[in-house]
Amino acid sequence: MLRMLLRRLFLGAITVWIVSVIIFAGVEVLPGDACTAFLEREAKGKLLENCREAQGLNRPAVERYIEWASGAVRGDFGVSANGQKSISELVGNRLRNSLLLAICALGVGVPLAIFLGVVTGLRRDKPVDLFFSTAAVFAMTIPEFVSATVLILVFSVWLGWLPGIVLTSAGAPASEFFPEILLPVIVLAMVMTAHILRMVRSSVIEVMAGDYIQMAILKGVPYWRIVFRHALPNALLPAINVVALTIAWLLGGVVVIEVVFNYPGLGRMMIDAISDRDLPVVQAIALIVATVYVGVNLTADLMTMFLNPRLRTHALRGS
Amino acid sequence: MTEITATRTENTRLQRIGAVLRDVMTRPSGAIGLTLVVLHLVLANVSPWIVPYDYKAMDSLQMLKPPSGAHWLGTDHLGRDVLTRTLMGGREALLVTGIATPIAVIWGGFVGIFFGLVGGRLDEVLMRVVDAFLSLPWILKMLVLIVTFGTGIEVLIPTLAFFYGIPVIRIARAATHDVVARDFVSAARARGHGRITIIRRELLPNVLDTLMVEGAMRWSWMLLAFSSLSFLGFGVSPPTPDWGLMIADGRGLMSFAPWGVLAPVVALSSLIIGINLTADALAKALGIDRAQKAPV
Amino acid sequence: MSALIDIRDVSVGFTGRDGRTREVLRNIDLTVAPGESVGLVGESGSGKSTLAFAAMGYLKRGLRLLGGSAAFNGNDMFARSRQELERIRGGQLALIPQNSGQSLTPTLRIGAQLGEALRLHSALPVGQHGARVIELLSQVRLPDPEGIVARFPHELSGGQQQRVAIAMALAGDPVALLLDEPTTGLDVTTQAHILELLRDIAAERSMAMVYVSHDLGAIARVCDRVVVMYAGEVVLEGPTRQVLRAPAHPYAQGLLASIPRLDDATLPVALDGRPPAPGEAGAGCAFADRCALVQDKCRATRPPLAAVESGERVRCFFADEARRDRGRRKGAAPVRYSRDSAMLTLDDLSISYARPRLIDQLLGRSSDLLPTVDDISITIGKGETLGLVGESGSGKSTILKTIAGLLPPAGGTVAVGDHPLPRLVEQRDPNQLRQIQLIFQNPDDSLNPRHTVADILEQPLKLYYGLSSTDLRARSVQVLERVRLGAHYLDRLPSQLSGGEKQRVAIARAFAADPEIVLCDEVTSALDVSVQAAVLDLLNDLKATQGTTYVFVSHDLAVVRALSDRVAVLYQGRLCEIGQTDHVFGGVSHPYTEVLLGAVLEPDPDTAPTLTADDVVERAPPAQGCPFQRRCPRKVGTICETDTPPWQRNGGDHAIRCHIAREDLA
Repeated sequence: MLRMLLRRLFLGAITVWIVSVIIFAGVEVLPGDACTAFLEREAKGKLLENCREAQGLNRPAVERYIEWASGAVRGDFGVSANGQKSISELVGNRLRNSLLLAICALGVGVPLAIFLGVVTGLRRDKPVDLFFSTAAVFAMTIPEFVSATVLILVFSVWLGWLPGIVLTSAGAPASEFFPEILLPVIVLAMVMTAHILRMVRSSVIEVMAGDYIQMAILKGVPYWRIVFRHALPNALLPAINVVALTIAWLLGGVVVIEVVFNYPGLGRMMIDAISDRDLPVVQAIALIVATVYVGVNLTADLMTMFLNPRLRTHALRGS
Repeated sequence: MTEITATRTENTRLQRIGAVLRDVMTRPSGAIGLTLVVLHLVLANVSPWIVPYDYKAMDSLQMLKPPSGAHWLGTDHLGRDVLTRTLMGGREALLVTGIATPIAVIWGGFVGIFFGLVGGRLDEVLMRVVDAFLSLPWILKMLVLIVTFGTGIEVLIPTLAFFYGIPVIRIARAATHDVVARDFVSAARARGHGRITIIRRELLPNVLDTLMVEGAMRWSWMLLAFSSLSFLGFGVSPPTPDWGLMIADGRGLMSFAPWGVLAPVVALSSLIIGINLTADALAKALGIDRAQKAPV
Repeated sequence: MSALIDIRDVSVGFTGRDGRTREVLRNIDLTVAPGESVGLVGESGSGKSTLAFAAMGYLKRGLRLLGGSAAFNGNDMFARSRQELERIRGGQLALIPQNSGQSLTPTLRIGAQLGEALRLHSALPVGQHGARVIELLSQVRLPDPEGIVARFPHELSGGQQQRVAIAMALAGDPVALLLDEPTTGLDVTTQAHILELLRDIAAERSMAMVYVSHDLGAIARVCDRVVVMYAGEVVLEGPTRQVLRAPAHPYAQGLLASIPRLDDATLPVALDGRPPAPGEAGAGCAFADRCALVQDKCRATRPPLAAVESGERVRCFFADEARRDRGRRKGAAPVRYSRDSAMLTLDDLSISYARPRLIDQLLGRSSDLLPTVDDISITIGKGETLGLVGESGSGKSTILKTIAGLLPPAGGTVAVGDHPLPRLVEQRDPNQLRQIQLIFQNPDDSLNPRHTVADILEQPLKLYYGLSSTDLRARSVQVLERVRLGAHYLDRLPSQLSGGEKQRVAIARAFAADPEIVLCDEVTSALDVSVQAAVLDLLNDLKATQGTTYVFVSHDLAVVRALSDRVAVLYQGRLCEIGQTDHVFGGVSHPYTEVLLGAVLEPDPDTAPTLTADDVVERAPPAQGCPFQRRCPRKVGTICETDTPPWQRNGGDHAIRCHIAREDLA
């Protein structure tokens, strides 16, 4: 078990390392650097030289990578290109805000998705199933900015129930984001629920068609006991991985929603940094998001392994 | 004799394609989805000849007019005809994604099948790199390139094709693993066929179903990405009509001119839903469970 | 005596894609008295399992009851409420499923699953459940019941899982057991042990049993009465002895003749044709198209299930003729070879599945795992058929893979004629590749579902003979004719063929290369017996006309006996015994061969298996000594654990590897 755990951690670390190389190399290969971005039109001749000297950009790439990466490991991402502010400080609040949004959406979406997934799976091809399955296709395919726009139009513009835009500043305490955060949470939860629901539904259908469920029926086990004791523990295991991927997507891919609602999260910061060509900030955000992605997936893998007796035995016996 | 051989065997294949298509069409989702997709494709091709106005013609006297006989879907803040712009707003998106999707599926598919067959240490390393790429948000990857190189289709097509091919590697590799474990691949190996023949004759025909469904999904994700980029102002540049851009422009005014937003919203949603419904029906007809796939 | 299970005029069907109702069961009547044991026999698709499930008031998804009633103890199972059914199922009427590995819930421990059965179906106070679970597990003769309770299903062997399923059925103190192919897929010794257990338990508790199986040997051992099913109908019903000794229906007779026997050196007789698909039976007798006695009358009207003087009920107009017809049909004698030159030589072959771990490689450690297959030296003559037998995990298929070059040997060589072969296929030259062809167990897996039969046959023809497309089709037709299939099969996909036809195509593909050596890996185990007989007959014919050398792997001793000139017995990847078929299957044999032979069930109610060794499944061979030491009923002493036994020969080529002197082994 310990060996398996270490192996997974090692593979995760390797992935993060490759990400850091991709990020660093990517920025190196692209034309322009922090100085050209900062100096804009004046970026030529002596001025550019001096800036590069000051930033240490003249040193070999490998040396700079090691410095950057070792700083990142300690949580120090250096300073931003334009504001000369510490990136760790800039990112800190934004990360917290993104996490707040993610946790709220997960809190609403995951229980709802599992409940609806189980219901539609058990009532396959019945009206309930057809309704929610169709709704799920809509929810997961319509672009987020479209559903956000429609929801703002309905709930904010026409009905006036909820604020359609976030005005709270990035550094405000979490409680001040309510009720502004509600619409973004609803949009996120909708997409997420749709994905998890579909997964859970198909998993429930597959398990319910299995031999051991037929056996349980013919053993005279009451229906609800079959569902809760025999079917769900098996059907929900694969959901863990989908939830993990959804969390990762929440943290990284909600850029559009943050822009639509003017929400001060990591995603909007990223867009701004890219527009300003503030490459150190972009690098830092990319690395943080990628690490979270790898970490969440790793956790899901380990959880599945721990909860599934088959995989557990496998792990205990050693690869 | 030769030709007869070819046609007869071809016939069996055509029969299968025909059967799958019929199966797709008999499902409500397939019928609706395919109709929507075909409608969009036809409109995108003929719209320049059927639209009532010039898409960039501004009219300062006709700004933000509600739907009327002259402008069926009203006008936007520059007095341009919303119907015209909506009908033409998918052309760029369909062109870019229509070229990028097949490229993504083909390169991702081949890499995935090859490494799925070969396996070993090299495969492990490749998968870590694929994981690394997947762990970065798509929008970041795309934006960095676009900001650097511009938003022309000569940048967008290769960028989309490259990044959207990476998840295809994973899918193709997993599908290949399922096929490689089967005896007919062992049989081909035992007969002494080379790797290329095994990939072409044994693996590809069996992985193709999965790749087709995957292709449909990639197409819809790509459209989503494309219109999101336009929406954020990193895609199509004005005055070219584009749904994402139209929604972004009309959003601020939607409290008193909702038609400017709703028309492109309906157009874009119906295309993406159409593709997804078709993909669902296709997956069911081919016996693949699409719901098991994660959003990445 | 009132019937315990009373099925009346039951018809079950489904709606086909064309909207037509297709019947899977047609007007079935079946009664089972308390304490009686009835066997339901038939080939796949005959509806026997559906009938057993119908007795519980359960139909698989998509099937529906078209008419009739199924009563248990006076309760109509299709009319009762869910609560009543839940009380009866698993209580008085219990099921033992086909594949217990998949029928036990994977996330629940054995103890929890048995406890649940007790909670639902016994009056015992909860406090005593733990003790009762242990008791039940001991009753089904599971060693270490206290340990088993805490295990998950996947941690048990197939035989243990089956015993747990039996224990679970017993938890509700049933008066009737339904058994759906309970021993299919298990090794012969395990199967025999489970059957003896079931016999004893049924007798002890005087339970009624409905035993569903395709295996007449198992039925003969367990059942008082046999019901033969064909295409959803009962075609013959009567006392076991009468049905097996003098079957009064042509189908039952054909079925019996197609079973290979250990005591008979001739090939079994194939039953030509295939049963009609559901809904395709037509107006007449469903068996008419395959029947040797068919008359116009049979095609026009469906014969009724009528009682005959001797006490059976038969669905045939010509029951008497059918009975008289018996004995006229006799299987062909297998082609025997005369030994001349060596064709295939395995010299000190050892094979290891374990790949060295990266960490071990880095540290320069050698793997401490024993090879899966070790010390195999066999010479096979030109035109000879060598049978390789052993239970699952004996390494017989592994050896074939190594000969074919799919798996590299860890040591030793494979040689064709005088030329040693390169270890892997990729290193072999085209002629070496052509010489050896492999046929797999399951044609569903070995034929590419996307290729037509023409595509499949063209591959070896193009690869080895470089035929142009003009000749390809003509040659493919010839190749197909060799396996007795017509040219119209060329443009079909495997999914459009029956199981037997698919396996013929796989055989045709192997023979398209004109190989000298054909490796057959359990080629008949996925097939019904009547189809198996046809495939055996075909292989025998091909051997006669092509002079092919076979290496024939099977777990079924009777099948091996029917086709092989020589037999090698494997245990845990090591040879125990090798010699001419008659020598191995009669007279002096290795203790393991004796155990295997003793466990074979013949379709004859007057034979009984002799069980001498436990049916423990071993995961790895012992590090030294005799591979069979842990299960051997005739173990001599510590010498078996320390020394590799010597080969003892009879002067001829019969050799046994045992510490017991040859004279004492008889």
